[in-house]
Amino acid sequence: MYAGKSVKRVDALDKVTGRTRYTDDLCDRSAYIARILHSTIANGRVVSIDTSEAEKVPGVVKILTCFDLKEKHYFPTAGHPWSTDPAHQDVADRLVLTERVRFYGDDIAAVVAEDEVAAAQALRLIHVEYEEYPFVLDVQKAMEDGAPLLHEEYPNNILKHTQIRNGDYEKAIQEPGLIRVEGWYETPVVQHCHIENFICYAEMEGDRIHVVSSTQIPHIVRRIVGQALGIEWGRVRVVKPYIGGGFGNKQDILYEPLCAWLCMQIGGHLVKLDVPREETFVCNRTRHSIRNHIISWVRPDGTYAARKLESFSDQGAYASHGHSICAKGAGAFPQLYPCDNVEVDAYTVFTNKPVAGAMRGYGIPQAMWAVESHTEDVAAAIGADPLEFRRRNLMPVGYKDDFSKNENYSDSFNQCLDKAMKAIDYERKVKEYEHQTGDVRRGIGMAVFWYNTAVWPISLESSSCRMVLNQDGSFQLQIGETEIGQGADTAFAQMAADVVGVPMEKVHVVSCQDTDVTPFGTSAYASRQTYVAGFSIRQTGLLLKERILDYAHLLTRMPVFNLDIEDGNIVRTTDGRKLMTLAELATEALYSLTDSRHITAESTYQIKSNAYSFGCTIAEVEVDIPMCKARLLNVVNCHDAGKLINPALAEAQVHGGMSMGIGFGLTEKLIFDEKTGRPLNNNLLDYKLSTFLDHPRLMAEFVENPEPTSAFGTKSLGEPPACSVAPAIRNAIFHATGVAVNNAPADAHNLFRAFTEAGLIHDER
Amino acid sequence: MNKQYKLVRCTINGKERETMVDVRASLTDMLRNDFRLTSVKKGCEVGECGACNVLINGECFNSCIYLAAWADGKEILTLEGLEGPNGEISDIQQAFIDEAAVQCGFCTPGAIMSAVEILNEGRELSDEEIRIRMSGHLCRCTGYENIFRAVKKTMLKRLAAASGNRQGE
Repeated sequence: MYAGKSVKRVDALDKVTGRTRYTDDLCDRSAYIARILHSTIANGRVVSIDTSEAEKVPGVVKILTCFDLKEKHYFPTAGHPWSTDPAHQDVADRLVLTERVRFYGDDIAAVVAEDEVAAAQALRLIHVEYEEYPFVLDVQKAMEDGAPLLHEEYPNNILKHTQIRNGDYEKAIQEPGLIRVEGWYETPVVQHCHIENFICYAEMEGDRIHVVSSTQIPHIVRRIVGQALGIEWGRVRVVKPYIGGGFGNKQDILYEPLCAWLCMQIGGHLVKLDVPREETFVCNRTRHSIRNHIISWVRPDGTYAARKLESFSDQGAYASHGHSICAKGAGAFPQLYPCDNVEVDAYTVFTNKPVAGAMRGYGIPQAMWAVESHTEDVAAAIGADPLEFRRRNLMPVGYKDDFSKNENYSDSFNQCLDKAMKAIDYERKVKEYEHQTGDVRRGIGMAVFWYNTAVWPISLESSSCRMVLNQDGSFQLQIGETEIGQGADTAFAQMAADVVGVPMEKVHVVSCQDTDVTPFGTSAYASRQTYVAGFSIRQTGLLLKERILDYAHLLTRMPVFNLDIEDGNIVRTTDGRKLMTLAELATEALYSLTDSRHITAESTYQIKSNAYSFGCTIAEVEVDIPMCKARLLNVVNCHDAGKLINPALAEAQVHGGMSMGIGFGLTEKLIFDEKTGRPLNNNLLDYKLSTFLDHPRLMAEFVENPEPTSAFGTKSLGEPPACSVAPAIRNAIFHATGVAVNNAPADAHNLFRAFTEAGLIHDER
Repeated sequence: MNKQYKLVRCTINGKERETMVDVRASLTDMLRNDFRLTSVKKGCEVGECGACNVLINGECFNSCIYLAAWADGKEILTLEGLEGPNGEISDIQQAFIDEAAVQCGFCTPGAIMSAVEILNEGRELSDEEIRIRMSGHLCRCTGYENIFRAVKKTMLKRLAAASGNRQGE
């Protein structure tokens, strides 16, 4: 058995030797270089573009502007499965180049040149004349009457508003003796910061367009390039090689349509579009900044009578993943701490900021920042212990969600909390840090989360797999789910080896995906890869095994029910005798003069289930009040992600998510000039991504309750580690200082404001 | 504008090389484009992320902000240069595999080169020193935890081996 073992990554050797080829490494050096001209206003219209000076730069091949776009094919960009029902299709509001600009950084023209230098020089010589409109950067100001309107079809800039109404909130709050607790909690715009920037290249092959892209979702890229160019989808071929991280940014169609369009405008010559870091921050996608308003009505015994949530999600200028993110966070609210009377209003609102899309956690980190900060505030307001208050109100064992049919099968929350508390020595520290005074104080705090696994029943959930047997008894494994750094290929190989009954080195995972060859799949998002692929790997593996044993019956005359494959051998189960090797069988099958067969198997499994994944973070901080600085001393995450296929890779995955959560809680925010809408820190120096020095040792713990709906007992782990870290840090700061820092991150700016308001420090300007 | 070129003669991964470079080209450009040493990655091209790190005369540099022209007469080591003639990998590369310090792999080559610089000093660094010395590398996948473990374990192994050798003498 390989499932459950910490085998080494199948791609590790290639990655430590530099042999792994990423998009730029594969691109032929004959490629022309494309660079994009971005708008330098936040809202308005391009009146004219003068390219005459730029065209004189030696090496410039062609300059194309928004006015050259003769056929306007509006396309959506979200990496969601397509819906054949128009009511459920993503909003198609993008063009490859646009005259109507809606944020500082919108795409208005592009230069194609023989080299980077010529392209960069030409960009600087293009003169643009704009008609400027007023702009709006604040999500609630954008909803006001008379605010600048981004899209005519969306009054008050509201992309979507959804509601949840459970019980009777208004009646419930009349109950005598209730304590009312209210808070506003806000998260900033942050960015994925995968180390490989987005890059793609395109060339024509006959009448087809061939795109190689650093993407998580090759089959979705194929569909949307087809839509954006107005050509049949079968004329698009998309290849996804190894990618240098994605984290959701590459679960969006970024510049593949523009690159493909540019290629077709110059006769099909190879064009490479390599996005610089500064543009990656602004012109790809970001995480939605969400402002949450929560009111809870609590009984003195520590139970909830009624609760209300209002969410205002800043979409930026275009719809991308849109309301899905805010809706997911809002949907978590009534489930994490169930209460009979709940009102939720979730709004996703356009502003003149960069476009927000998917990012690790998909709305849950923002929701947990609000909900878990608020939980701490409620516990404090009623004088309850925050740990006991959580234990009392958290989703109970046996809880079932009517929509997703998800069920809480085990006592995961308490088990995770217990394990995390032990790892960080919580009981001792929480007492030790009570009643501190002085400038430097320590505190310890916690937060929990739940996360779904996959997206059923919201949209299509299927996985396709192909296994092709080779003469030596090895087989290729092809699957629509993608390796994006998380280790999916390794987990797939482990599962496939177990199902078929071969040593793992006999499974060759085809990592590079090609929509002409790879079975259809909607790929890497929703922390679904191991879960959904598990079904099709098991189903296809059993199919392959059936065909192998069928041929073994021909060769050995033994009945199939007395045969099995073990460690790459055909074995007679009645006495355990090894009858032949799989290699002998496979070679005979291919070259037999009497009954030649190429043994393969391919199947699709449609997944009609989903699963709750659970966990928590406990963080310990030291706060220097006069310096307005919070330092993380210790942090632990504990997860119930079901059975782990590869514990070492699972632990590594948790480290990465925790790191992202630490940045979200303490340092990261993209800031904008109020006067112009211009981003001010769109580089890796001024945007404070956590470094080696900003982390203590990261502790990752697991509780392994097998998920009963799953083919291998697994459930989601990719995104969950990023969900509860930031509010745990916030609650540790609260424990240390008594000050509630409700705007993330808890950096010097926000701590200064919070400590000043609390009277801990005095602004002497 | 007429381009200006300069002849660069240097040693790359133990072999003597020469090439004409545009005087504005970075060492990253030269290594990737002229010699196809694609382990040298581009993550920011302004010296912020460390993905392009290589050793120049034994010292680790961001090759993206080091002019190719400056490489004249220098000895350059990239990740490709760590491999033995029969594809043997070095202890630090093996440690990155064993400690699950590799995820997407994009920051890996640069991080390994900084580790090589540290390990070649042959002394024991404190945890804090290792963190400071590795802090020029940005990684979004690993949280640095397993990279730290790989570097520290390899350092301790080498020191133990060195002290074993001394005792044997």
